[in-house]
Amino acid sequence: MITTTKGLMDETLLEKREGFIDNDNEYTTWVEYWHDGELVHRSAHVRLKKMPNFIGGEAASF
Amino acid sequence: MCTSFMGQLLTATHNFGTAPTRVLATADTFKAALYLTTATVDANTTVYSVTNEVSGTNYTAGGVTISGSPAWNVPTATNSSATAGVAFTTPTAPITYGTSLNPVSLSTAFNAVLIYNSTQADKAVSVHTFGSQTITAGTFTLTMPTNNTTNALLRLSTT
Repeated sequence: MITTTKGLMDETLLEKREGFIDNDNEYTTWVEYWHDGELVHRSAHVRLKKMPNFIGGEAASF
Repeated sequence: MCTSFMGQLLTATHNFGTAPTRVLATADTFKAALYLTTATVDANTTVYSVTNEVSGTNYTAGGVTISGSPAWNVPTATNSSATAGVAFTTPTAPITYGTSLNPVSLSTAFNAVLIYNSTQADKAVSVHTFGSQTITAGTFTLTMPTNNTTNALLRLSTT
């Protein structure tokens, strides 16, 4: 069963779409479930790799 | 600079100016808030703000508490040479928004998380960006990088 905007739905009734992002900063996976052309579920999982320095991910260098 | 000093900065051992009085010797509570792609959150951010924070079903303003037992790896300071070193720490567990029973819906695209210290007046710690996301009746999980000298989420370095 999948949580959706319409409540719990049987996965067999849904179209599943998946994708990912893989770069120096992150490895991200996402999954979507569609029902009759409508997006009813989307989850994402971001695995941070290493933060770019310019946004403060590396707190400081002395 | 002594590498041990950098490690002690992560546990508030030194005070060169006016600092908050610490009643307890325990770790502070840190939280993680998500921000829209239109937000300006970066190295200039000093404190948590609700401005341009995400909103939606089952998301509470301010985000979620970084949990775990302990929430953060014990800060570590490592010398790489006689003149260089790194102090670092990383949350011990993924940061998760929503559960299967209480899924979140965040329909406006977001791409940043602000980690801040809710014990110390919501002062900002760091901002981390990622590819733009939306969530629909689902969950959003941030898994932490490896806690080492080159990848830890928070690093203080002499190099």
